[in-house]
Amino acid sequence: MSSTIQIIFSGLGTGSIYALIAVGFNIIFKSTGALNFAQGEWAMMGGILAAFCFNQYDMPVWQACILAGLAVALVGAITERALIRPLVNHTPFAITLVTVGISLMTKSLVMLSLGKNPTGYPGLSGQGFVSVWGASIALQTLWILGITLVLMALTHLFFNHTRWGCAMRAAAANPSAAALVGIRHSRVVFGSFIIAAGVGGLAGTIITPLTLMSYDSGAMLGFKGFSAAMLGGLGSLVGATVGGLILGLLEALTSGYVTSQFKDAAAFCVLLLVLLLRPQGLLGKAEVTKV
Amino acid sequence: MNMESARVTGVQLPGPTLNRQLGRLTLLFLVMLLWPWVAPNDYLISLGGTFFINLLLIASLNLLVGYTGLASLAHAAFWGLGAYTSGMLASLAGVSPWLGTLLAMASCAITAAIIGIPTLRLSGHYLSMATLGFNAIVTVVLVGLVDWTGGPNGLIGIPAYQIGELDFSMPGAFFYLAWLLSALIMASLLFLSRSRTGRALQAIRSSDIAAACMGVPVLRYKVSVFALSSAIAGLAGALYAHQNLYVSPDTFSFSISILLLVMVAIGGFGRYWGAFYGALLFTVLPELLRSFHDIELLILGAAMVLVVGFMPGGLAGLFERLGRRRSRS
Repeated sequence: MSSTIQIIFSGLGTGSIYALIAVGFNIIFKSTGALNFAQGEWAMMGGILAAFCFNQYDMPVWQACILAGLAVALVGAITERALIRPLVNHTPFAITLVTVGISLMTKSLVMLSLGKNPTGYPGLSGQGFVSVWGASIALQTLWILGITLVLMALTHLFFNHTRWGCAMRAAAANPSAAALVGIRHSRVVFGSFIIAAGVGGLAGTIITPLTLMSYDSGAMLGFKGFSAAMLGGLGSLVGATVGGLILGLLEALTSGYVTSQFKDAAAFCVLLLVLLLRPQGLLGKAEVTKV
Repeated sequence: MNMESARVTGVQLPGPTLNRQLGRLTLLFLVMLLWPWVAPNDYLISLGGTFFINLLLIASLNLLVGYTGLASLAHAAFWGLGAYTSGMLASLAGVSPWLGTLLAMASCAITAAIIGIPTLRLSGHYLSMATLGFNAIVTVVLVGLVDWTGGPNGLIGIPAYQIGELDFSMPGAFFYLAWLLSALIMASLLFLSRSRTGRALQAIRSSDIAAACMGVPVLRYKVSVFALSSAIAGLAGALYAHQNLYVSPDTFSFSISILLLVMVAIGGFGRYWGAFYGALLFTVLPELLRSFHDIELLILGAAMVLVVGFMPGGLAGLFERLGRRRSRS
């Protein structure tokens, strides 16, 4: 019983991280129609930068995390300005391929400037454990769940109850109509890159105490986040949350009860099944056009 | 996605005639035949064989992504599926490598059809998504089934191709085999791209709705071209397995699939000669890694951004433009 609770909590913890990364994916997908391959690298960058701040400047962990999140948001902004905006053609296909290049560049820049060794730091309230019904849960897992909840709520509020968020949703729904009422599409894309990078970076900073982070962890994180986004339905915030949590739970349960060797395969098999049976995702709307 | 990718690759100007292209191809392959005499050592000769394998890989991916506008993120997985199918059949069950190669191609084509039929029905990113998951599954299975695949240590004891007394484990002999196969496939791809079917594929890339209106059976063509492209990747895999006599799961990971896509982009999406530049780069890449060490990822990433963003024709497009300018002046 206690081991089951432990497994469920650890699944929810990693699942929240996947959910946050998936939200980043969705935001950029909504504004550009492209799949952003740099999303996982941003999460990796957040973790590594926070570790750098903590180890090099003896910052408190929370300060290092926030600083790293902001820094990654800045990186997202610079990336959009320098590499996405000047593109000759802004087609989703071209942007997707360019983000592949951006992810390679991000990874290698982090490796060159901050080294190859896995780094980490203690959690937001040390390395303590708390006992829940006989199971010992890392405090950081609870922090992850809380922070994810807050971030999701903030994202929801931003997109539904602020002027900027509504403008971004309008631009995603119909760019030309939005342009007619004075919403600049280029600014929407700019904003979406900043938010996606910031959320991704924060996700990286809060998972690092549990798993350590090295320059090549980004691909797997991005991969899982992407799968979570698809599982829930590409473009939907609730879908990303549900998809991420399901993916995390599935992985934890497979590695807990079957074998940890096939935990990635189990998650992806479910993903393939969903794609075959319900391509719009578990919660997505059926916007799929058949040819 | 299809409509946009046409704009990415740029509108193709009417190129040289089929006969001239075929002449160029023949000349190129005849020149390449001289490599074993020119190359100073066995290592460079075997690198020549590797080049032909890479050429098959990149040309088949280009057929899918460049010509038809379908982005597969699992090309390395099909490469690996081919390599392991033929390698395991030969080393564990004693099946002849020749038969194994055919079975490898068939298994890749069938797998591609199974993935393709449901996902290609839908327009959009669904093939990319499904192939992304597929590559991850293949890697996990290759690492996980230790008894069959050798797990993370790789599969050893794969025999080389043989005809009677002739053993293709020598780099020289293998070079000619790979030369012959890739010459055949490249010529077929040239004919395909210039045929009615090839034009239909390019129509699908521009707009699948328009293509369907013109009477192109869109789904059937998409699935067939995905299966064909994967089968060629399977052939490349079998060749790779029987050349190196050893395969390991790292060679067929998701990042290699991405790398292959980068190579196709740098060579030139939808450009016939782009595959040659891409394959050349992919072959010398391990050598470059040695001299550049850690910054190669940065260079590759920058090249990808630069080529896709600002030079949509890739290297092939660049050389075409240079050639045209010279012939005008």
